[in-house]
Amino acid sequence: MSIRELIELSAAEALRRITAGEISAAELFDAYAAVPDELNAYLWRAEPGAADGNGAGAGAEGPLAGLPLAVKDIFCTEGIATTAGSRILEGYVPPYTATSVQRVTDAGARILGKTNMDEFAMGSSNENSAFGPVLNPWDTSRVPGGSSGGSAAAVAAGLAPWALGTDTGGSIRQPAALCGIVGLKPTYGAISRYGMIAFASSLDQCGPLTRTVTDAALLLRELQGRDERDSTSVGIEGGVELPSREDLRGLRFGVPRELGPDAEGIEAGVREVFERTLRRIEELGGEVDECELPHSRHGISAYYVIAPAEASANLARYDGVRYGMRDPDARDLTGMYERTRGRGFGAEVKRRIMLGTYALSSGYYDAYYGQAQRVRTKIAEDFRAAFESFDFLVTPTAPTVAFELGSKTDDPLAMYMNDYCTVPVSLAGVPAISLPGGLAQPDGGGPELPVGVQVIAPAFTESKLLDAAYALEQAIGFDARPPGFGGGEA
Amino acid sequence: MIDREQVVHVARLARLELSEEEIERMQSELSGILEHVDRIQSLDLSEVEPTSHVVALENVMRPDEPRPSLPRERALEPAPDPYEGAFRVPSPNA
Repeated sequence: MSIRELIELSAAEALRRITAGEISAAELFDAYAAVPDELNAYLWRAEPGAADGNGAGAGAEGPLAGLPLAVKDIFCTEGIATTAGSRILEGYVPPYTATSVQRVTDAGARILGKTNMDEFAMGSSNENSAFGPVLNPWDTSRVPGGSSGGSAAAVAAGLAPWALGTDTGGSIRQPAALCGIVGLKPTYGAISRYGMIAFASSLDQCGPLTRTVTDAALLLRELQGRDERDSTSVGIEGGVELPSREDLRGLRFGVPRELGPDAEGIEAGVREVFERTLRRIEELGGEVDECELPHSRHGISAYYVIAPAEASANLARYDGVRYGMRDPDARDLTGMYERTRGRGFGAEVKRRIMLGTYALSSGYYDAYYGQAQRVRTKIAEDFRAAFESFDFLVTPTAPTVAFELGSKTDDPLAMYMNDYCTVPVSLAGVPAISLPGGLAQPDGGGPELPVGVQVIAPAFTESKLLDAAYALEQAIGFDARPPGFGGGEA
Repeated sequence: MIDREQVVHVARLARLELSEEEIERMQSELSGILEHVDRIQSLDLSEVEPTSHVVALENVMRPDEPRPSLPRERALEPAPDPYEGAFRVPSPNA
């Protein structure tokens, strides 16, 4: 098979062919490793022929049979540099591997590379990476979304069959939407976060970015589970079933008024694809009705207190003492901390540390952090109430298609609004999947770009969510490839 | 809303050195973000319990038994200035 034919295969199909002896895992690995990365999607890449010596275990056995996998550079990988997109961790080689990565490599996956990301996962465009932005394979003048932008672009462009990402407020779902692939944020607690560099610990979750819903299920099945090294991990009871559902009969889909097609800032093209998707749901026998999540309109406000507050505490560890860079000129300890952090962190990370430190400081704690946590309670209650009447909720994943590089970098609040539809889900801790609904032009015209549809489910019902998403995926039949697929040569 | 003095104070709490230009920019950016965030101040939620974690888990226990951990040399490897089995830091009196 040609490189192009190999990288066209979904992970599940590649797995089938490896198992049947039609292709070898090494051949597939080398095909991916040979595709030129013109998008800055990778921060580190394995060489062709490195399938057996890339930090993963030996032998292409186990349920994932040697399938190559891209890993967001936020996961610690023993012996492979891990930066989280930050200068402050430049040159850091972790002495241990994250549980999630260990699980999939134990299952037979092979690490193709570490993907670029917004610094410490803070961002919605990948422009906050200290190592340069990732470009969107659909249009290289546009962003891939973030923070798992490198993972999303790599999967969309044929640089990896699938990838691991992390999602705190939308960092898997939004880039998946902007790159035209599938992104799943599992329930909070489904997957161990041991060795996953922490941003906001009450929200961070690991998950798959894939080209198909079946691939997402395949990867989640290996990732999920309790880990005694992460006491917040509980796993998914009963495990994960591979999806097979062909219709949506008897299922009720709620469209939250606050996050639906008429919410503020939703582009016309996004609305059109979303409404077409709702009709598909009905054609498949699903019921679609409007519903309410009244407090979700305060999601961004609550999130941008809670996440920075937790980040300011989590990022206190980057002090130039135990790992990463140290400013060489400081004469005393406090000066060393301040200079190292001042030079090591980028603008957005500093902004969030400042915001979080302010919100937690004496006299402001209850007004900001306490109040945001109470809003969070109300948001979670809204979701619970909605799930009494509906099996799933559906929203656009992001308000717009991929936007141009540089267009929002001077306006942090405009950037934060990208997460409008994804943040409430994170605050409620429930699972959600973004799948490609179709292509649409941005407001103001231009080439057609992918639009994502978000399907949200009650906590720990991933198998049902994947089943419904699979039926919808088959009906939508999205099979467009970006012009940059496989390095651009069709 | 956020003045220079507050920015400097918070930066000190966060152990973050900021340039003059960053202090300027931080004043307007933080003010803008906080203005948006302040919308939640008007909600009466005094009777609502705050949520710190969405998964109802308390006191996850395990037996307190000594087990092998990362060897000291491995833990020290990524350090900028390891010295005699410890992390060395600058001291003005050293």
